[in-house]
Amino acid sequence: MDQLGLWSLRLLLITLCITPLRQLTGWSPLQRFRRMLGLFAFFYVCLHVAMYVAVDQRFNWPELWKDLTQHGWIIVGCVAFVLLIPLAITSTKSAMRQLGRQWQRLHAAIYVATLGGCWHYYWQVKRDVRPPLAYAAMFALLMGWRIIHRWRQAQRLRVPRTH
Amino acid sequence: MRHRPRPLTEQHVTPESLYLTRRHLISGLLGTGIGLAVGDAHASLPTGAVLHAAHNAAMSVSAPPNSWDDITTYNNYYEFGTDKSDPAQYAGSLRVTPWTVTIGGEADITGPVSLDDLLKPHALEERIYRLRCVEAWSMVIPWVGIPLGEVLRRFKPRSNAKYVRFTTLNDPTQMPGERSSILHWPYTEGLRLDEAMHPLSLLAVGLYGRSLPNQNGAPLRLVVPWKYGFKSIKAIVGIEFVEREPRSAWSQANPKEYGFYANVNPAVDHPRWSQASERHIGGGLFAPRQPTLPFNGYAEQVADLYRGMDLRRQF
Ligand code: HEM
Repeated sequence: MDQLGLWSLRLLLITLCITPLRQLTGWSPLQRFRRMLGLFAFFYVCLHVAMYVAVDQRFNWPELWKDLTQHGWIIVGCVAFVLLIPLAITSTKSAMRQLGRQWQRLHAAIYVATLGGCWHYYWQVKRDVRPPLAYAAMFALLMGWRIIHRWRQAQRLRVPRTH
Repeated sequence: MRHRPRPLTEQHVTPESLYLTRRHLISGLLGTGIGLAVGDAHASLPTGAVLHAAHNAAMSVSAPPNSWDDITTYNNYYEFGTDKSDPAQYAGSLRVTPWTVTIGGEADITGPVSLDDLLKPHALEERIYRLRCVEAWSMVIPWVGIPLGEVLRRFKPRSNAKYVRFTTLNDPTQMPGERSSILHWPYTEGLRLDEAMHPLSLLAVGLYGRSLPNQNGAPLRLVVPWKYGFKSIKAIVGIEFVEREPRSAWSQANPKEYGFYANVNPAVDHPRWSQASERHIGGGLFAPRQPTLPFNGYAEQVADLYRGMDLRRQF
């Protein structure tokens, strides 16, 4: 149970590492792993949820409903999970082509889902919040890197080059 | 209900082989989380010094106990880390001999007592108790110990002693988890005096007829089977008779989630999860959840202690 949730979050974060890594190393073949890793992450989230529904709660629907309506951290997890579903569906090459620029925007939902995953983890922990904070810090780092990268690119476009 | 020690005969001591006949599936999902659900072919044998303890059937449940592996590798003992596997891995740094327990507070006899002197007047007995963790999992554990009440009476508590306060060793060099401030160290717990005097309350020194492994609270721990596991404080160095309700580590850390009484109660949920059912450790991946029983199945013996109390409020 624990391991599947953790691996879901790890894989989401690893997926988010790809773009910064490519930008840092300039090694573009990396980009091909991104989709695969994203799908792996989704697969693990599915296993994590299936485990919860089938093994932990044994399809006890009243109990599941209670969990879903009473416990904030379960709600946050579900939002994250639901957000990932359209991303998995539109991960094919043809969906990418059809959606064009829309695809980029849609897939920005992975940021929200990963944030949700971090929050869900943090909220669920009994006492020791250090591990979830470490994951959240990793997420913050990856997002921070993106913001700075964007900002730098915007600067570069604005300032005329003087060679 | 007081147990009279019987002469020790072979048949009283539960044979190790009987303990070991059960196969135990999956101690956890391996590696990336989708490890195969295989039984571990080489379940480890109980280790530690053999204790001579008479089995107390009247005070034991009939359910089969969890394996030595389950009991000694799946522990909540934050003094050694917050992962379930941390205590088994790191509790080796605890030195349990010599060990002294300091008796204090409202009693005629107080002061330091060596563990040997504390135990000497009592006959060890084996009791198989259910254990229910506040995290909604459970085990069945064959403890070896002595009734707490008999020990406490020796120190002649005074009439103004209303509660008993227990303290765990506070030594970060031996208990590395105490270096981080996840809980307020030393870990403390408390019982009302009548709870402490109840014949089910046990001071445990062993497990499976062997001396207690460090990760299970060696050399001396409390076992209060009708309360959530965190009440059963480990590595006890202090026992104090007090007038007022003492601080308990978890209820101090988060009073909304953990109360002083912490009686197992399927009708009062933890704010973040249900307490109506429990996952029995060692049952395997597909074993159904078990319903949680009021007072962990000990209602008949202990419910009277709480007559007239609102257990929703005093959880
Ligand atoms: C993107 C989606 C999700 C991510 C990344 C995620 C991640 C995690 C993580 C990291 C943990 C902590 C593991 C641990 O205890 O060490 C966890 C626990 C848990 N998650 Fe999720 N989760 C997600 C969605 C969900 C959903 C949709 C549900 C249920 C409807 C759920 C149910 C649970 C439960 C019940 C636990 C507690 C496990 C336990 O008792 O140890 N999660 N999750």
